[in-house]
Amino acid sequence: MKIERRLEPSRWVKIAAPAVSLVLALGAIAVLFGALRVNPLVAYREIFRGAFGSLYGLSETVTKTIPLLLVGVGLVLAYRAQVWNIGAEGQLLMGAIAATGVALHFPNLPAMFLAGFVAGALWALIPAALKIWWRVDEVLTSLMLVYVAAEAVNYLIYGPWKGAESRGFPLTDEFPDAARLPVIGWSRIHYPTLVLALLAAGFAWGLIRHTKVGFEIRVTGENPAAARYAGMSYAKIVLLVMGLSGGLAGIAGVGEVAGIHHRLLNPAGISPGYGFTGIIVAWLARLNPLGAIISAFLLGGLLVGGDAIQVSLGLPAATIEIFNGMILLFVVGGEVVTRYRIRWS
Amino acid sequence: MAPSVEMRGIRKRFVGVTANDGIDLEVRQREIIGLLGENGAGKTTLMNILYGIYRPDAGEIFINGQPVAIRSPRDAMRLGIGMIHQHFRLVPSHTVAENVVLGMRERFFRPDKAARGKLEEFSRKYGLRVDFDAPVWHLSAGEQQRVEILKALYRGAKILILDEPTSMLTPGEIDDLLTTVRRMAVDGHSMIFITHKLNEITAFTDRVTVLRQGKVVATRDAKDTNERELARLMVGREVLFRLDKTPARAAQPVLQIDRLRVLNDKGLEAVKNVTLSVAAGEIVGIAGVAGNGQRELIEAVVGLRPVAGGRIRIRGDGFRYVPGEQRTGVVPSMSVAENFVLKCYRHRPFAKGPFLRRAEIARHADGLISSYSVVTPSRDTPIRLLSGGNIQRAILARECSGTAALLVAEHPTSGVDVGATETIRQLLLQQRTRGTAMLLVSEDLEEVLQLSDRVAVMFNGEIMGVVPASTDVETIGRMMAGIHREAA
Repeated sequence: MKIERRLEPSRWVKIAAPAVSLVLALGAIAVLFGALRVNPLVAYREIFRGAFGSLYGLSETVTKTIPLLLVGVGLVLAYRAQVWNIGAEGQLLMGAIAATGVALHFPNLPAMFLAGFVAGALWALIPAALKIWWRVDEVLTSLMLVYVAAEAVNYLIYGPWKGAESRGFPLTDEFPDAARLPVIGWSRIHYPTLVLALLAAGFAWGLIRHTKVGFEIRVTGENPAAARYAGMSYAKIVLLVMGLSGGLAGIAGVGEVAGIHHRLLNPAGISPGYGFTGIIVAWLARLNPLGAIISAFLLGGLLVGGDAIQVSLGLPAATIEIFNGMILLFVVGGEVVTRYRIRWS
Repeated sequence: MAPSVEMRGIRKRFVGVTANDGIDLEVRQREIIGLLGENGAGKTTLMNILYGIYRPDAGEIFINGQPVAIRSPRDAMRLGIGMIHQHFRLVPSHTVAENVVLGMRERFFRPDKAARGKLEEFSRKYGLRVDFDAPVWHLSAGEQQRVEILKALYRGAKILILDEPTSMLTPGEIDDLLTTVRRMAVDGHSMIFITHKLNEITAFTDRVTVLRQGKVVATRDAKDTNERELARLMVGREVLFRLDKTPARAAQPVLQIDRLRVLNDKGLEAVKNVTLSVAAGEIVGIAGVAGNGQRELIEAVVGLRPVAGGRIRIRGDGFRYVPGEQRTGVVPSMSVAENFVLKCYRHRPFAKGPFLRRAEIARHADGLISSYSVVTPSRDTPIRLLSGGNIQRAILARECSGTAALLVAEHPTSGVDVGATETIRQLLLQQRTRGTAMLLVSEDLEEVLQLSDRVAVMFNGEIMGVVPASTDVETIGRMMAGIHREAA
């Protein structure tokens, strides 16, 4: 038996790899369920039922798809250029802060989205600038800025923005009606954000495939030396993809406060880690913006299903985080495996 | 007494190339032997075999008269063979002493202390001055090399392989290295000194073995030879094939370089006061042993390296550039068609406003594929699936298809098989016929002589003279070795 490098993974392998990775991850997680003395098949059935088995479950899944898709699409752009933005969670929180600022002072939804985009983008441009001009690794800086953003949220809700009606709780006042997003029927699906997320996916796809800038993003990501030789500006590309991915994460933050909570609250309440789960969304989609629609929906379902089994099977809350971690591990691992094949001799 | 190293009939093939084709090498006790050859002649492959990094396909190795099988660097070390690589293998944040004992079975706590006595002895005996407690990243290249030598000595090396040891050193450090190497030889060490610099052979070695295209062409005592003879042996005098070439017409200069000075990566002056011009319809070749400033000169001309002094002027519509390394010239996973527009994707007809026009890009690709006979399954195939020769042809197709007045080509046929070499050279000559001015750098002297109208010989950052391509190889060899200067 010999393992050798594949020249070009076939189309079939490219499509099958994420699916196979997902199945293998589920297999590995089954062992974990076994250790917790839960029948894995029962657990998976409960997750599936919770996420997709009822109209309510489905609506919740779609609700969680919204931020995941926005973050995931942005990260696809950054990762295509090999710029490793790990701090979408912080950029999302900055978007939530900016939207809250607008909502509390002069409520207007378009202005909130704009402010959220700008705030998220600016937060992401800090690691971008450090990377370009001082060669600081963006993985570290973007991740560290997540904690800074979370503390900024805490400062505001305990301090200057603490609500008059919150009876001492660390919350802002509720947003006025003009600052709340409409939802579909009884659900929590704030559809304007959903539409924005789908548009973002289409926009990113067109950008990468059909524009000059998208060409530059791909060349820069694949071969920085060739990009330089072709006269492309590295700084421009890094600023652009970081700005876009931060901005989209910021919009996700706007959606959460204006569509779900209607106020600024503690960071973990605003987002249960959408910024990090978005990383898995991007990879599971094999860095394809349209694929991110499917992977965001799947991972949204996993979050909802995970909540369901916490209640029905009495599992610890961390279970679903382990679940997510395993999926990322297998998907990224699967990516490497597709570049090799086994030959029997 | 048996020689310390004897290699007999060593043969090693890689995919598509025979790197070593039946090489015999003998290193006597206390001898410094030079291993001379151009890039790709097989020097490093041979030494990697001796050091256990590669296994030979055929051949035998004897150490001190005993037949041995060297399967790994660990085996080599056990036999007393040490190798100082061109690029040092040290841990930057560790101290000198820690680097020396790394991987050795010394005592568990502070093993670097145990090494101290021996290190001081080596250091005194061979003039290897270095602060044992300094972290390696504080050290200059010369000092780091001393650490590598100490490492090898500490592991009991009696036979040392030095792979192009002077390439990273300043002139002062080179003198220090010479002293060290001499003292070690007197003390009973044998050394193999890999280089492609002719003057180092006479300065450092007792004997020299010259390799060309994987074979030994000669072995000489250093005192019985000279740089002129070595240049001829290394390069080979016979020209394999002649290309038909119309004589150049006198024309307007397109590229004018005036008293140019350029610094290398270490901040040393690599191009010194170079003045050169290239006219329309003319090929000017730059000959020289690698590392004499050619790369820095080219990079300055195409704008990848800042100019420290002097001027570069290009007349007409800009320049095209075939980079020396293929991996700079293409994006491997992108399609052939996209690689064809790597530089012109911004302009009409390939772009309109912010958008790319895929239909135009496809049409352009089909045109280039057929007119330059690039062999590819389709225009949408990722370019890395093409053979090296076809990738190079694609790069040339892209660079030649424009209307630029100047073409800068760096090692255009390196890593390309003979057939593709021929067509690539024809392509370059076609450009010349069309009136393009061309600056050509190649490590293949034959190629330079075949293609060029005039040859500028570079040595140590200076132009030793610009001569017609019909000048005899011996004269050019002497200029390459820096012992002859032609009046401008």
